[in-house]
Amino acid sequence: MSATPSVWAYRTSRQRLTVWFGWLLTVALFVWCWNLMTADTMWVFVLDAPTQAADLGSRMIPPRWSYLPELMQPLWDTINIATLGTLGGVILAVPVAFLAANNTTPSRWLVRPIALSIIVASRSINSLIWALLLVSIIGPGLLAGIIAIALRSIGFIGKLLYEAIEEIDQKQVEAVTATGASRLQTIHYGIVPQIAPAFFGITVFRWDINIRESTILGLVGAGGIGLKLQSSLNVLAWPQVTVILLLILLTVIASEWVSAKVRSAIS
Amino acid sequence: MNAYPDRWRKPPQILTDNTWRPIIWSLAAVYLIFAIGGLEVNWTRVSEGLERGWRFVQGFLSPDFSSRWTDISIGLVESLTMTLTSTIVGILISVPIGIGAARNLAPRWLYMFCRGIIAVSRSLQEIIIAIFFVALFGFGPFAGFLTLSFATIGFLSKLLAEDIEDIDESQVESIRATGAGFWQIVNYAVQPQVMPRLVGLSLYRLDINFRESSVIGIVGAGGIGATLNTAIDRYEYDSAGAVLIIIILIVLAVEYSSSIIRGRLQ
Repeated sequence: MSATPSVWAYRTSRQRLTVWFGWLLTVALFVWCWNLMTADTMWVFVLDAPTQAADLGSRMIPPRWSYLPELMQPLWDTINIATLGTLGGVILAVPVAFLAANNTTPSRWLVRPIALSIIVASRSINSLIWALLLVSIIGPGLLAGIIAIALRSIGFIGKLLYEAIEEIDQKQVEAVTATGASRLQTIHYGIVPQIAPAFFGITVFRWDINIRESTILGLVGAGGIGLKLQSSLNVLAWPQVTVILLLILLTVIASEWVSAKVRSAIS
Repeated sequence: MNAYPDRWRKPPQILTDNTWRPIIWSLAAVYLIFAIGGLEVNWTRVSEGLERGWRFVQGFLSPDFSSRWTDISIGLVESLTMTLTSTIVGILISVPIGIGAARNLAPRWLYMFCRGIIAVSRSLQEIIIAIFFVALFGFGPFAGFLTLSFATIGFLSKLLAEDIEDIDESQVESIRATGAGFWQIVNYAVQPQVMPRLVGLSLYRLDINFRESSVIGIVGAGGIGATLNTAIDRYEYDSAGAVLIIIILIVLAVEYSSSIIRGRLQ
């Protein structure tokens, strides 16, 4: 047997075997999960889907445009939920970020883990779940939506901001400290100017995401345009649903455009 | 009058224009007054709710895993299987779409078509797609699986296409110079360059899909969200706390393991 193969191959035969086993394992896992998941699926309904889709499509068209004026107040509410929620999130996230960053935290063993776990808890729970909880605690309405958005934003803004704080140039901080500045002055003159562009970028980015998320918070009763969506869905008023969805789409595109413009102006 | 100020002040950093800065700030203040003034808050309801909020905090700190364990485990199994299958199917579909949406590989008509698919998938919220898929395919995790797969396509194809557009063209040229066909170029020049990022993005999407799978149950698309919704509706905050803790722990585990895998790849 010749030691050198006549055809060049990307991997050695041992590597090929490992890769092949990896694929086999993935496929097996997929099939197992698929069977578990679809155990209770009613395939009659699934096979029925094309007819259902055609039916739904015919009900949704034409959109009921006369419903549009009624949607303006909920739309304004939605934008307020997102904006005030972002504002609340920022106010809560900034101290958390400073407590979580390695170079500004007062205590690496006590405070930092607490701040990090606040960030993780806020990030892992979707704003819709926060809204669900808050509606059941403080009752339906805009306030529940605003707090839900704020709580979800803490994790996002906090994480990106503390990473930005950890990446700053330490020399500038040292220079400010060397002038005899106090701790707060060091943060104000040494750290804030370095993270300000990142901070505004993150905030606007989160605002854009929050507009997107606040459009659906009404589904669980937290105010905004989602409430109209929910009530239209409940009475199967599909022409109204079309109008609402188009309006949501337009709002999301507009907010994305604004956010992209602002972010490119900052950086 | 002293022309020179005797104290130094930090110059403004973001809004540097001296005429626009006060205008923008005052517009923001006017907006805030209107937005906060327009809030109608039922304070008696809120103060009644504080006691319930405290009960939730207590429930979160002393979670009750056992009394609703069967519901929780069913929801959890649905969520996890839904997450895995939808991520894999999403990757399989988004790789060809991502290649088609890369300007340096695809002809113009294919590029426009694939970018259209991505735009549609990205502009719709998961929960809205879930409402439609539940209406079309019936309740249960199958609708959730379709929702998450659809959402994965928009996310992964877009980032993959951007990655492919950023690759080092000289490697493509040298492979093409050997007389390779289109698929051989993709396999030997493009794929090795984008593979580490693709794996990283897929793991990230797995994480997102799990988090989303805990939400779409609210509209009937299966998963642990349905269990959570029921627990909250019944004011069983200790069971709700248990579900939330499980979600947080799984997200942490996925995030931690994916950061290890990504670290090994790079």
